[in-house]
Amino acid sequence: MKESKYHQISRIVFLFLGIVALGCGRAEQGNTRETQGEVRGEEEAILTFAPEVPPPITRDYPTKVIVKLDVIEKEMEMMDGVTYNFWTFGGQVPGKFIRVREGDQVEFHLRNDPSSKLPHNIDLHAVTGPGGGAVSTFTAPGHETQFTFTALNPGLYIYHCATAPVGMHIANGMYGLILVEPREGLPKVDREYYVCQGDFYTSGAYGESGLQSFDMEKALDEKPDYVVFNGKVGALTGDNTLKAKVGETVRLFVGNGGPSMASSFHVIGEIFDNVHVEGGTLLNHNVQTTLIPPGGSAITEFKVDVPGSFILVDHAIFRAFNKGALGILQVEGPEDKLIFSGQQDDRIYQPEGGAVQSMPSEEAKPAQPLSKEQKLELGKSLYISTCQACHQADGQGIEKAFPPLVRSDYFASDPTKVADVILHGLSGPITVNGKPYNSVMPKQTLSDQQIAAVATYVLNSFGNKGGEIRESDVARLRK
Amino acid sequence: MSHRLAHLGLALILALAAHGQQRPGARQMVRVQGGAYLPLYSGKTGKTEVKAFEMDIFPVTNADFLRFVQDYPEWSRSRIKPLFADSNYLRHWQGDLAFDPAIARSPVVNISWFAAKKYCECQGKRLPETAEWEVAAKASQTQADAGSDPAYYQYVLNWLTKPSPAVLPRVGSTFRNYFGVYDLHGLVWEWTWDFNSALSTGESRGNASLDNTLFCGGGALGSGNMTNYASFMRFAMRSSMKAKYCVPNLGFRCVK
Repeated sequence: MKESKYHQISRIVFLFLGIVALGCGRAEQGNTRETQGEVRGEEEAILTFAPEVPPPITRDYPTKVIVKLDVIEKEMEMMDGVTYNFWTFGGQVPGKFIRVREGDQVEFHLRNDPSSKLPHNIDLHAVTGPGGGAVSTFTAPGHETQFTFTALNPGLYIYHCATAPVGMHIANGMYGLILVEPREGLPKVDREYYVCQGDFYTSGAYGESGLQSFDMEKALDEKPDYVVFNGKVGALTGDNTLKAKVGETVRLFVGNGGPSMASSFHVIGEIFDNVHVEGGTLLNHNVQTTLIPPGGSAITEFKVDVPGSFILVDHAIFRAFNKGALGILQVEGPEDKLIFSGQQDDRIYQPEGGAVQSMPSEEAKPAQPLSKEQKLELGKSLYISTCQACHQADGQGIEKAFPPLVRSDYFASDPTKVADVILHGLSGPITVNGKPYNSVMPKQTLSDQQIAAVATYVLNSFGNKGGEIRESDVARLRK
Repeated sequence: MSHRLAHLGLALILALAAHGQQRPGARQMVRVQGGAYLPLYSGKTGKTEVKAFEMDIFPVTNADFLRFVQDYPEWSRSRIKPLFADSNYLRHWQGDLAFDPAIARSPVVNISWFAAKKYCECQGKRLPETAEWEVAAKASQTQADAGSDPAYYQYVLNWLTKPSPAVLPRVGSTFRNYFGVYDLHGLVWEWTWDFNSALSTGESRGNASLDNTLFCGGGALGSGNMTNYASFMRFAMRSSMKAKYCVPNLGFRCVK
């Protein structure tokens, strides 16, 4: 939720953007590749590991960009205490982020480390051409291949290994993102981060320690043990949280390597002001959750208005809770109580007259009086089912919350008090055995006989003085 | 220090060779019974019959290959024709006739197909056909065809997912299979006679569409068994090779 002022500003900004977009659209109509400008000069691309993103491109002309990407197979952590033989582009999962400009001529070098067991290749979804480059980059261990493509279409694209069996190469971590910036560039933001989701299929269940091997059966069934951001449980939490300051605009380049799980990407407590839907040119606004298919992407942008921890999740939420799909964006800065107040109160809510809270009088039929033995027996089972959760099995209660029943001085002088509290409930400050308590016990929906039984049980247990409560005592208290 | 050691080891190896204690070609072989073999890319009907053959029980070692280079110096690192091997040929050796003695009994790698083929010919043997190699490699410790044994399959798959160690273990360090052959899985890749026949038509300009079958979902088309990932990986490895390539985890053994 934003203030109306912010709304106004953003409306103006969108209007302005719209005009710019229209302008570009018009320019584009007569724009063939020849008129995009001649490729000038040459540079080597800066590649970054997640969550870092290479700096925005400031060139206003296309150039020859040389990209050198190394394939490295290595054992790394999947979570603390759990390792896996990952296959990587650059030595981490996801692979290094590549940033080029629309119209750039990309000379791509794929270098397969001599220690690799297998040949690998790369299919960049940003490539127009057979296999996205896969055919041209099929690379034996200890070899390097090269091909060149022109980045025709702007957008955020997945790249991945496509060597048979392709699913296994992807499942072992062979994917990353390549951004083809539009000629006019992306609007300036304060922070850019690289987040890529992936699912993993391991011989052991989630959290089982030691080196885990790839489980083909789980992979074919599409039942992952791990669904994580940036290749590891905890890659974006703890010391690795993403950071921003209040008032800044954050842009997340989000990819999904898969191989199988679509991501319902959501940041808890934020609304995406802009989403480049599917990593393309279409802009959507005010989005809660954006769907990112395996082999797809999205660019999300949002201004952080208030401080706190904002949690990145796959909103297919068992994956966040049980399989690792969780990251944190830590926002620091002054609070804005108008936008978000924080908790203002926490008080007792006790519906009155609710069916479950009070005992309909007709059910309180007089029953055959029980003997004291019978009361103790029934009372014990009632205590376990009704009282024990708060007062505990040993009657000790919980300090500051639930008063003890052990050698209680509260009802020592008047045993009917036990029945009275059960029948009517009790709230407000009391002192039991010298310690203060200020909480609420709701009235219990028990019959006269049941209350007599459980009260008698309490009086004769936990070191209390004994005594007996009759059904008639309860009936009298009820009136 | 390590150089001196290497020379010492070399001297020892030369002495052994001179005494003829293990003559080239005298390596132990065992008989592998033939059987039906279904190539990965032959559909479900293209079974081939493999006749029984003799196979080296171990891959060729660095020590074995040293003897070969001594006998045929034109296959030494400094003299090999560039047509027959790329510049990684015997890269892990210190010179034409020297290597760290610690790897004497490790499989020789960084070997081109031409060199492997020549080596076998000089022993009166040949490189195994892919079908022969695959038939021998189907055998676990206890079964001639362990194709349906999940434990055996997982063992093979696990090895395939691990990067190669910096120093390769000695030959014979993995298991002895049903036929008495060691190290078909778990040590190094091995050259086969027809390593590139899975996809090549011989007309390089005409096989582009065949090449495509290796990649992405297309990789499963035309395959008789879409779930034999280990088999896919062996075919991918072979297809990524050219006959002059020398790779640090690719060795060979001979058959006859």
